[in-house]
Amino acid sequence: MMDCCENRLLTSRRGLLLGGASFAAWAYLPKFARAADGRDPRLIVVILRGALDGLSTVAPVGDPDYAGLHGSIALAADGAHPAIMLDSFFALHPAMPEFARMYRNMHAAVIHAVATPYRDRSHFDGQDVLESGYAGPGRVQSGWLNRALEALPRGERVSSALAVGPTTPLVLRGAAPTVGWAPVALPQADDDTAMRLVDLYRHRDPALASALSQGLQLEKAASGDDMKPKPGNAVAQMRQVARGAAKLMAADDGPRIAALAFDGWDTHANEGGPVGRLAFLLGGLDGALAEFESGLGERWRDTVVVVATEFGRTARINGTDGTDHGTGTIALLAGGAVKGGRVISDWPGLKLANLYEGRDLKPTTDLRSVIKGVLQAQFGLSDRALAETVFPDSAAARPMKGLVT
Amino acid sequence: MARDSQAALVALNRFGFGARGGASGDLINAATDPRGFVKAELNRPNGVLLEAPGLQSTPQLGQAAFAYQDQVKQAREAAAKAGTPAEAPSPQAPADQKPDNKLRRNLSLNTVMTEIAGQMAEAKPADNAAKPDAMQPNAAVPPAAKPAPQPLNVIQKTFRAEALARLQRATLVECGFTERLVVFWSNHFCISANKGELARMWAGAFEREAIRPHVLGRFADMLKAVEQHPAMLFFLDNQQSLGPDSRAGQNRKRGLNENLAREIMELHTLGVGGGYTQEDVTSLARIITGWSFAGRQGQLGTPGSFVFNTNAHQPGPQALLGKTYEATGLAQGEAALADIARHPSTANFIATKFVRHFVADDPPPSLVARLRDVFVKTDGDLKALATALVDSDEAWKAPLTKMRSPYDFLVASGRLLARVPEDPGAYLNNLNLLGQPLWTPAGPNGFPDTNAAWAAPEGIKLRLDIAAQMGARLGNNIDPLDLLEFAAADAASTETRRTIERAESRQQALALLLMAPEMQRR
Repeated sequence: MMDCCENRLLTSRRGLLLGGASFAAWAYLPKFARAADGRDPRLIVVILRGALDGLSTVAPVGDPDYAGLHGSIALAADGAHPAIMLDSFFALHPAMPEFARMYRNMHAAVIHAVATPYRDRSHFDGQDVLESGYAGPGRVQSGWLNRALEALPRGERVSSALAVGPTTPLVLRGAAPTVGWAPVALPQADDDTAMRLVDLYRHRDPALASALSQGLQLEKAASGDDMKPKPGNAVAQMRQVARGAAKLMAADDGPRIAALAFDGWDTHANEGGPVGRLAFLLGGLDGALAEFESGLGERWRDTVVVVATEFGRTARINGTDGTDHGTGTIALLAGGAVKGGRVISDWPGLKLANLYEGRDLKPTTDLRSVIKGVLQAQFGLSDRALAETVFPDSAAARPMKGLVT
Repeated sequence: MARDSQAALVALNRFGFGARGGASGDLINAATDPRGFVKAELNRPNGVLLEAPGLQSTPQLGQAAFAYQDQVKQAREAAAKAGTPAEAPSPQAPADQKPDNKLRRNLSLNTVMTEIAGQMAEAKPADNAAKPDAMQPNAAVPPAAKPAPQPLNVIQKTFRAEALARLQRATLVECGFTERLVVFWSNHFCISANKGELARMWAGAFEREAIRPHVLGRFADMLKAVEQHPAMLFFLDNQQSLGPDSRAGQNRKRGLNENLAREIMELHTLGVGGGYTQEDVTSLARIITGWSFAGRQGQLGTPGSFVFNTNAHQPGPQALLGKTYEATGLAQGEAALADIARHPSTANFIATKFVRHFVADDPPPSLVARLRDVFVKTDGDLKALATALVDSDEAWKAPLTKMRSPYDFLVASGRLLARVPEDPGAYLNNLNLLGQPLWTPAGPNGFPDTNAAWAAPEGIKLRLDIAAQMGARLGNNIDPLDLLEFAAADAASTETRRTIERAESRQQALALLLMAPEMQRR
């Protein structure tokens, strides 16, 4: 084909997707609706890699020990860049006006002093626990979100979840099929070459056959006029990724569940307070949430976005105006289905004696309870499936009630 | 000796960077004496060092970066005075300009976009401008859409020169085993070029200076070279870490940063669960306070060189892993590192990672145990470690199930097509697209090393797109069946051979060959 016009390529690839039986997994997804009320729920999991400083994102400005511990980077309700008061005790980072608006509209909530069962301070083990859903870093090769898909009642199964990015995050890896998408700009291989390769892989390398088929399926469904990467900063990039994912998920036959990860939250030095490095990243996250909202349109009403991180950071700033690896942190919920306008916390206090190992915010809520509560409310998963399959050996962490409308 | 094409595939693909189309002899040599072919590179004197015209030392590069930063600053100040919008003397890419971007690590799923669109815009104009290069995508973008090429600044030029030297070596070398070892250790002790201008400037020099000289030497020496290299100290913030009771700490009311100490134990030596505590992390952080590099003023030494800053060093003895290290200044940390390098957990951690990289995601325990013993017995002799791997039967018998990483895939393709890169731009772009931007992993644990990471749907689809572009550009002059002989000879599967034979064009055949399991698995 001499004509290199991209639109032609897009059109022909889409024709292939809808026409080829081998690509049916995604194209013919059954409509998933909750039988009881006809809702068509969606769930987006956003993983912040690097351990978000929860005390700088939702600051306990009412805690008398906070300002002293967090020192030069502490948020305050007054000053040049005042934090946004969520209630009389907690204040939101000023880089997150969209989240603040959702919160005021009762469509966003914060869970504070939360943590997975992991109590050490390795990013990679912490992420392993966060994403695998096991109580310890067991190096398993499946994630809780994938097992949640498997646990859905037959007939209502969401047959493919969306992994955003060039690699599938652990949380979504496993036996249930997933589809991947990442925004890129590259001329596409033509359909005939792709089909021949899929055929070769089917005979010689089934794992590659399945990976390639899935990769081919989604590439254009997500794309629109504005999906070309543009020069820009991390904030723009986070928005762009969210916009593409939302577009896919808004479709009637689109995936109902997606997972994506943003890196860069390991703020060891020069973290910044109301402005600076963390503020910059939080602005990106805030923009991504707004993109989910606008991109999902009508579907936003039935959506929950869960934002989680592997652990928190030290309550006290370190010697380089940053924070070191800690324990307790926050989780954020956003979406039209969230029963919001609340900071949910059994606040442990920041007195030295109350800190975990004398240095970290002590976790009082199990993150698994939060996620289980969302999974149960959105997809009707049983207590037992949640305690045994999705989060093995987690019966003690009861699903949190009332997170979803 | 009998010709064994299957073993040749192992020799070239598992241990090396794949067969070279322009030197088909390598597959024949590998098939005649597979182990000897791989090991020959281990015995080449100074074969791992990389010297190329124009590559400079870390202090020289540091000074060039400082000078460039001064120049930018002066230009901004002059512009501000004149009341005109500030402009750098030579335009630079957005990511290098923004202080926020300097500090962040790259966003994993944004890596692709940020990199191609952001600081790697440096590569774009040049690459789309019809440069003859094997890896260049056939640009479908109309010429009008291209931004005008901008001159590269010294940091971008340096990064590209370092990248080019590494790529040329990987393309030309006979087997590629030692280059694969360099990539392995460089990823084990990774830094990220996204940390800031100095990291980008130093990324290549770090590998040349701290990794290469020790790849066939002692682990303890590599460890010391790495942890004292300005690039690593900068990447993990140690130049900012001050002993709380040191003179500088007292004066400046600043203190410890545990970042480097933690990653030394967790990622570089003992591994998670390797038997250290939070207290050990803090203790090691205190021990290595003062490990820094001289700044632009050169008060402590030649700007850009490693220095031990006594003023920043925490005074007094420190307890670490059950042993007390007396206050001996720089020697205190060196003694601690030497002990950690020799720790049984380190031997286990390194052996496991080594076997996982070269043999299988689930490393055969017997082989891990043997390599661990070799590591212990030889006090971390890395040549002995590599030799033991090649001598093991497991490494030759295990099925070729590992996915080539994007870097391996691109280099192997370039070798097969006999294209020596003259410009690194296309490689850099494609590495960004495939989620493995050169010297820029998302975190200090480096790029992943398992099939789950590299056999993901999006990654494979993108590889196909890249292979199709290469096919479109180069397929015309190539007989794909000849190339299949160079790549795999009679170890190629019937299905692969048939698929290539039946392709509707040479271009398509080449794309299919590059994507065949024989080229993707190692």
